[in-house]
Amino acid sequence: MSLTLSLHTLPDVPIEADVICTDKLNNVNEAALSALTIFHGKEQVMLGDFFKVQGKYDGEIRIEGDLSRIKHLGAGMSGGRIIISGNVGAHLGAGMSGGEIIVEGNAGDWIASEMIGGRVIVKGNAGHMVGGAYRGSPVGMQGGEIIIHGNARNETGNAMRHGLIVVGGNSEDFTGVSMLAGTIIVLGEMGIRSGAGMKRGTILSMHKAEMLPTFTYACTYHPTYVRVYLSYIKEYGLQIDDAQLNGNYERWIGDAIELNRGEILLYAN
Amino acid sequence: MKINSTEIIDTFAEAFKMYGSRAIITAETKQWAMAAAQSMTGFATSVIGCKCEAGIEQELPADKTLDKRPGVSVLLFAMDIEGIGKRLMERIGQCVMTCPTTACYNGLTSDNTVAVGGQLRYFGDGYQISKVLGNHHLWRIPVMDGEFLVEESFGVQDAVGGGNLLILGKDQKTTLRAANAAANAMREIPGIILPFPNGVVRSGSKIGSKYKSLIASTNDAYCPTLRGAAATSLVPSTSNCVLEIVIDGLNIDAVEEAMRVGMQAAAKPGIKQITAGNYGGNLGQFHLHLHKIINSN
Repeated sequence: MSLTLSLHTLPDVPIEADVICTDKLNNVNEAALSALTIFHGKEQVMLGDFFKVQGKYDGEIRIEGDLSRIKHLGAGMSGGRIIISGNVGAHLGAGMSGGEIIVEGNAGDWIASEMIGGRVIVKGNAGHMVGGAYRGSPVGMQGGEIIIHGNARNETGNAMRHGLIVVGGNSEDFTGVSMLAGTIIVLGEMGIRSGAGMKRGTILSMHKAEMLPTFTYACTYHPTYVRVYLSYIKEYGLQIDDAQLNGNYERWIGDAIELNRGEILLYAN
Repeated sequence: MKINSTEIIDTFAEAFKMYGSRAIITAETKQWAMAAAQSMTGFATSVIGCKCEAGIEQELPADKTLDKRPGVSVLLFAMDIEGIGKRLMERIGQCVMTCPTTACYNGLTSDNTVAVGGQLRYFGDGYQISKVLGNHHLWRIPVMDGEFLVEESFGVQDAVGGGNLLILGKDQKTTLRAANAAANAMREIPGIILPFPNGVVRSGSKIGSKYKSLIASTNDAYCPTLRGAAATSLVPSTSNCVLEIVIDGLNIDAVEEAMRVGMQAAAKPGIKQITAGNYGGNLGQFHLHLHKIINSN
């Protein structure tokens, strides 16, 4: 039986729950799990004060309830799986290096920020700074995959260096800002200033986008690797039609204020 | 032992340990993928003269390839891992990268790998782009029709080279027809190639020569024109043509299965004997006994 945590009391203020991590719950029984320390605002409380604990960790944790105010779930995890049946708060999977987190609802800001590996799947929407770098940090996401079926807000993939971010809906402003490398695919529309300050990497959108003047149009072509990526993300249930798979894409090169080795691909026809 | 009226000689094919790799070539159309595959597997009949042996394993439908385009699977064999790396880099660089719309992916999972895209990327002169997706590390090399996509490294595994059948028939026409049927049947087996033209070789060789500079020379024992002249002739008086099929495979089971279906297909009226070439069992690591292979079905 996998470990199930059910939220029985809604917190008044956000809870810091980085103890809910696959790496930290091996061979821990229910009583010991309930006694684990979490922070409710500035107060130290026990996990059992907010969660009903059932079962034992066997590689998978199921978490139930409205977790919008639960932060840092799965932060730093290196393996296993966390399944969240509802919404979840900020910093989900921050710095994770392996394993998988699946969110059936929406996720807050900073999900998988500075992640190194593993996979985060959000069936709903995500907040700001998906896979981003913390303020003052030079590098965001360095590997792994973030799949968001819905929309994402500002600065998706801020300073990312490696990995893949997919947004099934729209992304807001500054998508891929200061990007170093890696790939961001937005199946919907992007906000303004996409790719601002990017050095390398790819931002792909299925819609026209307002380009910064420091980006140069290169050509309209059919990149084979896009087929590889679109075929890959189709396996996650994202809607990719044959026209997108077989289509042509405008290639814009930038950002000229940086290395000018990044690219924004926009579906053309 | 007989299959139909064809005698299966109680002997064995002597095969050698080689190293094998698999390249998956895709393109916008099946024809372009095949053009690249044929170019890549050209002049790769024998490791003695060509440094590698290569052939087309099978065509792949679009839903079986990484980029969902029509593909062709190519197997390439060499005597060592380093040789695989060099030959793959040369042949993918010269024959696949040059062919419009193609991409080339690794088709073999193995702990041993050789850098291919990791070397070819330098053709991009600094404009190449690395992409990592799942277990695939790909290089995008800018070329004049867009980009050539090639995998960073290719897997290499232990393999078997030099499985063979000798088909002895009453005349050239009959023997050729039987060899063709055998080759067609053998190509249906995954994991093997027949490296010679259309899968059939007429110039079987023996080790050594009267000329000191040659390491191999014509297999006089199986040349019907030399019956009575050569020191030993293994061509019975009822046969006037001998054709050989050489098989390289990724494992011994695939090679044996190919030999089995090949013998079944070749045993037609007018085919007097099916036998196999060996060196007395002292050189090759694998002894593929014809009777045992047939009985294993």
